[in-house]
Formats: sequence, structure tokens, C-alpha cells
Amino acid sequence: MTTEAARSRESLVGDGRETLEVIGPGHTYASITDKISTIVLTQRTPRWWVVGFAISFALVMVLLYSVLLLFARGIGIWGVNVPVGWGFAIINFVWWIGIGHAGTLISAVLLLLRQQWRTSINRFAEAMTLFAVACAALYPILHLGRPWLFYWLMPYPNTFNLWPQWRSPLVWDVFAISTYGLVSLMFWYVGLIPDLATLRDRARNPIARVLFGIFAMGWRGAASHWQRYQTAYFLLAALATPLVISVHSIVGMDFAFSIVPGWHTTIFPPYFVAGAVFSGFAMVVTIAIPLRAVFGLEDFITLRHLNNMARVILATGLIVGYGYLMEIFFGWYSGHEAEWYMTINRALGPYAPAFWAMLICNVLVIQLLWSRRLRTNLVVLFIISIVVNIGMWLERFVIVVTSLHRDFVPAAWGMYYPTFWDWSTYIGTIGLFFALLFLFIRVLPMISIFEMRELVSERAEHAADVGVTPVGAEAGDD
Amino acid sequence: MAELRIYGLLAEFASAAELITATQRAHERGFRQMEAYTPYPVEGLTEYVGVRGRRLPLIVLGGGIVGGAGALFMQWYSSAISYPLNVGGRPYASWPAFMPIAFESTILVAAVAAVLGMFWLNGLPQPYHPVFNVPRFELASRDRFFLCIEASDPHFDLVETERFLESVGAHEVSVVKP
Repeated sequence: MTTEAARSRESLVGDGRETLEVIGPGHTYASITDKISTIVLTQRTPRWWVVGFAISFALVMVLLYSVLLLFARGIGIWGVNVPVGWGFAIINFVWWIGIGHAGTLISAVLLLLRQQWRTSINRFAEAMTLFAVACAALYPILHLGRPWLFYWLMPYPNTFNLWPQWRSPLVWDVFAISTYGLVSLMFWYVGLIPDLATLRDRARNPIARVLFGIFAMGWRGAASHWQRYQTAYFLLAALATPLVISVHSIVGMDFAFSIVPGWHTTIFPPYFVAGAVFSGFAMVVTIAIPLRAVFGLEDFITLRHLNNMARVILATGLIVGYGYLMEIFFGWYSGHEAEWYMTINRALGPYAPAFWAMLICNVLVIQLLWSRRLRTNLVVLFIISIVVNIGMWLERFVIVVTSLHRDFVPAAWGMYYPTFWDWSTYIGTIGLFFALLFLFIRVLPMISIFEMRELVSERAEHAADVGVTPVGAEAGDD
Repeated sequence: MAELRIYGLLAEFASAAELITATQRAHERGFRQMEAYTPYPVEGLTEYVGVRGRRLPLIVLGGGIVGGAGALFMQWYSSAISYPLNVGGRPYASWPAFMPIAFESTILVAAVAAVLGMFWLNGLPQPYHPVFNVPRFELASRDRFFLCIEASDPHFDLVETERFLESVGAHEVSVVKP
């Protein structure tokens, strides 16, 4: 009861301190370090964490059961069949990989652009990227039919003397996703090292001390280390930036290189990248709003961050809306009977509800974000972010299913209905995503501590330049 | 030989500005075997205690070239030499179609080179280092700034150097055991 009361009091204080700056007033290096590291180092696990983790872990069990059944019986347990061979597996794959893109965008692109508001959201956005890529990478493998032979996609010396088909976007995808996963992991880990050293120095539990110590690799903040560290970090950001564009472009090419009506358009790669950023930022907002509330992090993840992310959602959402318009235009301008029929069928055919719901979610609802009042209204923003996540899932459903189910030969038309196991696998990966996220926020600092210190020092220097009393720039008492 | 049994002297400062001034003064006095320790990357220190040369960017460039050229070679070798397969009359060496994998591989190997190169040049992982023997050094990852003048420096003298560090504003000077 006392913790409940304390928490509600803390959140009230937080509400009173809502700010449009990138960090709340009065923070010092010490206060930042203590606030963020205490969340990890506290012995008490909050009750909401246990409940939340238990629910997500139960869903992981649902995933494991669904996958076990899939291995035992084959992909016949899913709704996929001729003519719709791609179904939920590919819809969810594209959805997850798209969500991941915001993490890299925040951590790499905003770093290169020296955006201060990146600092308190990059760490958990990168974690979100990793977990989303993990969920995404499951699907193509599960969809293989003989998933245990997935390594055939890799070039390795084999007794068949065969090689992968390098001209296929599906093989490009293998390289793009595995590169993306590995680079995201390295970027995340390198960013964590100085914070792991902080936790090593602050942990009182001997086991935690040793574990943080091992992963911190003996980091001691030496100036020459920092120099090389920053070079490496910036180079990684510069490498990750074109990478993130290439990954979803290649996912777009998986579709665009075919001749299927509705897929065979040149707009797919850029339109997919915009959609990925759109859905990814929505997911970051979905995670950030509850996180800052339960941990009282209103000083670090401020309205400024949420406002800026809402703007990115609006901007990329408008690009996605333009993409929808161009798809319709290409359907007409191609002069191809099957393309035009597909365009009409999307809007008026059996899957029309999904198409219109997609337009409402991704085009109509986000127009609310033009208003600054609504962008900084947390309830509205949270609901919009969920609506965008749903809308972007529907978009992939529309792209995959409506294109495949009625293509060139009417005799080969058919319907696709997801089965129970389609849904259970999908919900299971959502569980996996959140289970990993719960573990992450419990054992690792969800906000980059050393970059927050850097932010405080930069802001103090700036304040000194313009002649304002620095806010807590000097080291606090210990 | 008392000098040999210590690693150096560790001076504590309360702010980055104090540390920069002290490091500059130490550099002017001729100290070279020294290192500053800070809770975040501090600009202006690298002039005195930083590393010269641009080895890391060159390592990353090398990684990128190896990754890109290696992937192009692998794709060309496998589809033109090892197992030529006629796909719709396209040339065996289909350079445009080889680009995406070459690109991904460039990024991957360059990124691995950046991370491993940074570890290697920084000498990490390094589980033991003498400065960890000073109890207050754990504040280097919180809000304190340290300057360590090492005993291996020719100008090092236990009494003299300690006096010098105090004169440049050190809040506390500790002896670092090796």
C-alpha cells in the first residue's frame, strides 16, 4: 500500500513538473546517475512488473506451443494455401521489422543530426529494435515449411555444391535482416558499456557487481578511451543510417520484384521505409508513455520528446498517405486490367473493411496530430499510437492478401482466412516482445546515463554562454 | 625502490573545467604518462591526454572494403565459376543484382571492425586496472573527474607531484597501488 501511495504521489509531482525542455530542471550528474541506476539496482521488484512479465511470459508459452505444433504438423495448421501463400507470417514479419526501424533511426540518424531530444529515448528504442527484429526473424523461418533447413539460405561449403540464388530479393533479405540484427546489437552493446561500468560501481549485490563488471569489460572512463569510443560510436551511427534504409527497401523489393498486381511498383521501397518509421515511432510512443509514468521519469522523457515523436509520426504518416494515393494512381496509369481490378477489389472487394480501416487509422486519425494540444495530451497520443500500430498491421494485411487472392486468372482466385494458430503465433510474438522488454527494463538502464550527463554539461555550457545561472551543472554533493 | 611499488597519483576534481585546467598545467609541466578519467566524454581533454593518429577510422574503412569486395567476389565466383546457372538468359556475373548483398556485407564487416577495433585499441576487456584500487574512483562513473599521473613518467616524484596536483586544485590526491 505504501509503495502505491508513494508512486501516486511521485506521479503527481511529475505531472506538476511536465516540461517542454529535453530534461527537467535542477538535474546534476549525480541525480541522473542515481535516478536511472536505482531503477535497475533496487532489490524490490514492483508488483506491476511481476504481473506484466507473467502475462507476457504466458504468451511466450503460447508461442512455443504454436511453434511446436507447427513443427509437428507443418504449415497446414495456418490459413495459407494457393493462391494466398504468404498470409500472417509475412504480414507479421513486415510489421515487426518496420517497428524496429524507429530505434535505429532515433539512435543513429538523430545522433548524426545532433538532436538533443534523442538522448533519453535512444536506449529503450534500440532495445525495442532488437526485440522487434527477433520477433520478425522468426516468421520467415517458421514459414519455410522445413524450418530446420533454414541454414541453406547461407552460403556455406556444402555437399550439394550449391549456392544461394544471389539474384533473389528473398536471399538479399536474409543478408539484410541478419546484418541489421547484428549491427543493432553491437550498437546497443557499445552504447551500454559506460553505463554497465556505472552499474558495476554502484551495485551492492556481489553477483550483480561481477556480472555488470564482466559486461563492462573494465571500462573506466579514460579520456583516450572516450576518444576512440566516440569515433567508433559515430562511425557505427553513420553505418547504421544507410543500413536501416536498405533493410526495409529490400523488404519492399521482396514484393516489388514480383509481377503480382499491387506489388509490382517502384514506389514500394521508399514507401515501405516511411511506413516503417511511422509504425516504429508509434511503438516508441506506446512504450514511452507508460514507462515514464510508472518510473516517474517525466523529467527525462519530457513532453518535448513526445511532441517531437508525434511530429515524426505525422510527417511519415503523410508520406504513407501519399504512398496509398500513388498505389491507386499506378493501378490506373499502368493500363493493366489486373492492376486496375486489384485496385478496385481492395476498396470494394471482400477485404474492403481492412482497406478502409487502414485508411482511417493511418490517414484520418493522425490528422489530429496537427494540433499541439493533442500532441502533448498523453491519453490522446497513446491512443493514436496504438491506432497507428493497428493501422500499419492492416496495411501489410491489405498489401499481402488483397494482391494475392485475386490475381490474373479468375479460375485461380480464392479467399484467405487466418486460423487459430495464425493468431496464436502472432499474439505469441507480441508476448515475446513484451517479455524481453520487461526483462530489459529490470536488468539494464533504460536511459543512457552517460549521454544524459553529457546533455546536462552541454546545457550548462549553453546556459553559461547566454548568461543564465547554470542548472545543476556542477557536480552535486555525494 | 618505493617508486616502483606505486602506479601513480590520482587527483580528484569536482568539475570538467577544473580537470581540463589541471591537465593542461600538468602537460605544460612536462608530464606525458598521465590519463584523465571522466563520467562522460569531455571535450578539450584530448589535446593533452588523447591519442594521436586516425587508426580506428582506417580499420573501419578496411573492414568495409574487405566486406564489400569479399561479398562481390563470393557472388561472382559462385555464379560465374563454381556453379553457372542460366536464369532467363541473364549474364552469370549480374553485377546490379549482386549489389544489395555487397552493400549489406560492407556495412556488417565495417561495423564489426569498428567495434572490435575500438576494443582492441582501448585494450578492452581489461578486468584489472590499478586505478580501481582507489575506493573513491567508483565516482568516476558518477560525477567526479580524475587525473592520474603515472609513476612511469620521468618527471614523477611522489612528494613533488602530489604538491603539484594540490596546487592545481585537486580536492583529494590518492596513491594508486599497482
